[in-house]
Amino acid sequence: MDMNQYLSMFIDESNDHLQSLNENMMGLEANPDDLSIVQVIFRSAHTLKGMAATMGFEDLASLTHQMENVLDLVRNGKLVMQDFIFDTLFKSLDALEAMVQDITAGGEGKADVSSIVASLQAIVRGEVPIAQGEGAAPAAAAPKEAETPALLDEFQLSVLEQSIQEGHQVLFIEVSIRKDCQLRAVRAYMVFELLERFGEVVKSFPSVQDIEQEKFDYNFSLYYISQKTAEEMQTLIMGVSEIDNVTSVALDVETLSQLVKPEVAATAEEAPPAPARENIPPATQTPAAAPQKEEAKKAPAKSSGAPSRTIRVDIDRLDVLMNLLSELLIDRVRLEQHASDIQSGELTETVEHMSRVSADLQNIVMKLRMVPVDTVFNRFPRMVRDLAKSLDKKVDLIISGAETELDRTVVDEIGDPLVHLLRNALDHGVESVTDRIAAGKPETGSIHLRAFHSGNHVFIEIQDDGAGISRDKVLKSAINKGIVTAEQAAAMSDNEAHQLLFAAGFSTAEVISDISGRGVGLDVVKAKISSLGGNVTIYSTPGKGTTFSVQLPLTLSIIAAMLVRIGSEKYAIPLSSIVETGIVKRSQIRSVHGAKMVEFRGSHIPIVSLSAIFNVPDYDESGEEETEIVVIRKSDKLVALTVQDFIGQNEIVIKNLGKYLPSIQGISGGTILGDGQVALIIDANAFIK
Amino acid sequence: MAEDIKVIVFKLATEEYGIEVDKVQTIERLMPITRVPKTYTFIKGVINLRGVVIPVIDLRGRFGLEEAEHTDQTRIIIVVVNEMEVGFIVDSANDVIDLNRESIDTPPEVVGGIKAKYLDGVAKIGEDRLLIMLNLSEVLNKSEIVQLESFEG
Repeated sequence: MDMNQYLSMFIDESNDHLQSLNENMMGLEANPDDLSIVQVIFRSAHTLKGMAATMGFEDLASLTHQMENVLDLVRNGKLVMQDFIFDTLFKSLDALEAMVQDITAGGEGKADVSSIVASLQAIVRGEVPIAQGEGAAPAAAAPKEAETPALLDEFQLSVLEQSIQEGHQVLFIEVSIRKDCQLRAVRAYMVFELLERFGEVVKSFPSVQDIEQEKFDYNFSLYYISQKTAEEMQTLIMGVSEIDNVTSVALDVETLSQLVKPEVAATAEEAPPAPARENIPPATQTPAAAPQKEEAKKAPAKSSGAPSRTIRVDIDRLDVLMNLLSELLIDRVRLEQHASDIQSGELTETVEHMSRVSADLQNIVMKLRMVPVDTVFNRFPRMVRDLAKSLDKKVDLIISGAETELDRTVVDEIGDPLVHLLRNALDHGVESVTDRIAAGKPETGSIHLRAFHSGNHVFIEIQDDGAGISRDKVLKSAINKGIVTAEQAAAMSDNEAHQLLFAAGFSTAEVISDISGRGVGLDVVKAKISSLGGNVTIYSTPGKGTTFSVQLPLTLSIIAAMLVRIGSEKYAIPLSSIVETGIVKRSQIRSVHGAKMVEFRGSHIPIVSLSAIFNVPDYDESGEEETEIVVIRKSDKLVALTVQDFIGQNEIVIKNLGKYLPSIQGISGGTILGDGQVALIIDANAFIK
Repeated sequence: MAEDIKVIVFKLATEEYGIEVDKVQTIERLMPITRVPKTYTFIKGVINLRGVVIPVIDLRGRFGLEEAEHTDQTRIIIVVVNEMEVGFIVDSANDVIDLNRESIDTPPEVVGGIKAKYLDGVAKIGEDRLLIMLNLSEVLNKSEIVQLESFEG
């Protein structure tokens, strides 16, 4: 069978599982007693193992297998989660991620994970104290418990083997309760209590949870480690009332190894029945909403492999769809024109209907490109956890609005800037535990990461409750760096001072970040966000915290623009860079040092002739008494562009000019107008230096 | 025995030229062209080819020939070379012929004023037809052209 056709599916699903593993591990760390989370984690790991083995990625499969062993101990209550176990598991996840990435890049997913495997095995071998069994394995419950000897997996086997070597008795005990017994679960509980007094139950069938809920007939069986002999145990258990029959067999290493063999064959079938029995819903998106046990029981069972009903589409295909659609829209305009010429009622009606349908179609196609930001957000909890740990700070990351949708291209690009801002908030924003206590704050700091819609934009805010930005420190280091003069600094508003954090050069030297308490590479963040057509602002209150607010366009491929005419040519100016439009008289244009300036809201700004810059052949405004202008902005600088006419505001689809014309100064791309012609989009940034 | 290739034949001034058919995407009639400022003079602008914006080059201009008025016969040949989609404006294009590779000779030093490096070779068809095979990657090579005027804001 050719596996290549499944490779992309494997990669996608592996990434999903890794993400879910990461999230749930975080959830478990916050809530270590919730065994239902362990179940979800176990299942994810198990599926991953199966997939990797099928695809022939042995290293991946074997590492997941070791993780499974640890997780199985945990879910059976044999192992209490501890920090170093979490760390080892997280390390394993990182290794898995690296392997999947290698596979994505065309590699074979091989990696040297021996040290991680060794520490996982050490955990399994019980170099951690094994807690008294209060839970047991529910997964591979065979339907006929009493007849089929319970299956053991490798690590349970190794526990039993070790016990035998250390001179303990390993017993396989089957207990039948009398048919007329009123409270089977209570009887069973009494048996377990008795057993636990003299030794340790390794595995029972059905599981202890099922037994507690009376989910068994009258029989149950178990593996048991004790110092007592089989006969002694048999007598002791018979001592519990309403017990019908007890058989107790002492096992040696050989019988054990035979018992484990069916397990290897059964591994593949082990997972599918498990979700149905346990009814645990697939991983939820935020760790805070980790499934509670009660909910888990009620929730309908879903296939763990498919978290939501979606299909994956190559973004190139969507682009093709967009192109076809824009052709359709262009034809629609032509049809509308013809219909109005011909004046046939039926034709007009049909065309109108077609217009509505194609408008809806356009909407849908646009929406197809939108993905929720949680695909970016959900990697942050893990990152914040690790970073907080390494900085020795306590931080809660609170995520809201992760369902907010953005164009795929924006989502792909926004990750890195957000990582920077989060690191910044954690590193420089939130204070150390001692400082927080000294400031009278709770020792655990909080970072809010939220996304929301507002008009035609999406905002992503990162708000910390740390010390805030010290204006004086920022200004001092800015003056030292020669970014501003002392006089300029004194005249700056707090807001302007905060913006200095984004100045290039401000953040390059590490010394600065120590003095200022802020900023590694914030200028890079700013540049990246600007390139996405976005903006970032800082609000800070000393002592209370800082908020970085990132404003992003909904989509990169469709923008609102002002269409203007210069001679016979049409140009589109993005609305986001337009401050306002207006008309100036020739007498208002002055010459200052040879440059033309015009007064705008009390200050003089340069006025630039678009027709002159673009050498428009058939228009020259020099003869006109009045000229239309468009005032554009780049950060705080303004320029007035002269045009001939305003055509109007329009939503336009941005197209690049092709590889042969990668960059033309002053032009950022083209768009196709309703009449099928191409209009060029003006890059306002190029006019302001 | 060398293989046969299919060649699109087009005309520029008095010469006939050929482009291998697998480099050609479509041949279009003249359509509205949006002028792109601040670029080479031989780039006439961009067109909307079924939703994709494609730059068009006047091949006469590219080869330093005198540009001609566009007529009914004028065509835009859309070629794809090195993932670049570009349209060539040519005087006419109305023939596809089979050509044996052996019949293509290495280019002479000067053909009709066009620099030899744009040429792959010259093929003789029949008695008196000469077909000039184009070296498309050289035609689209921009590195030789010095960036024109700089931007004055």
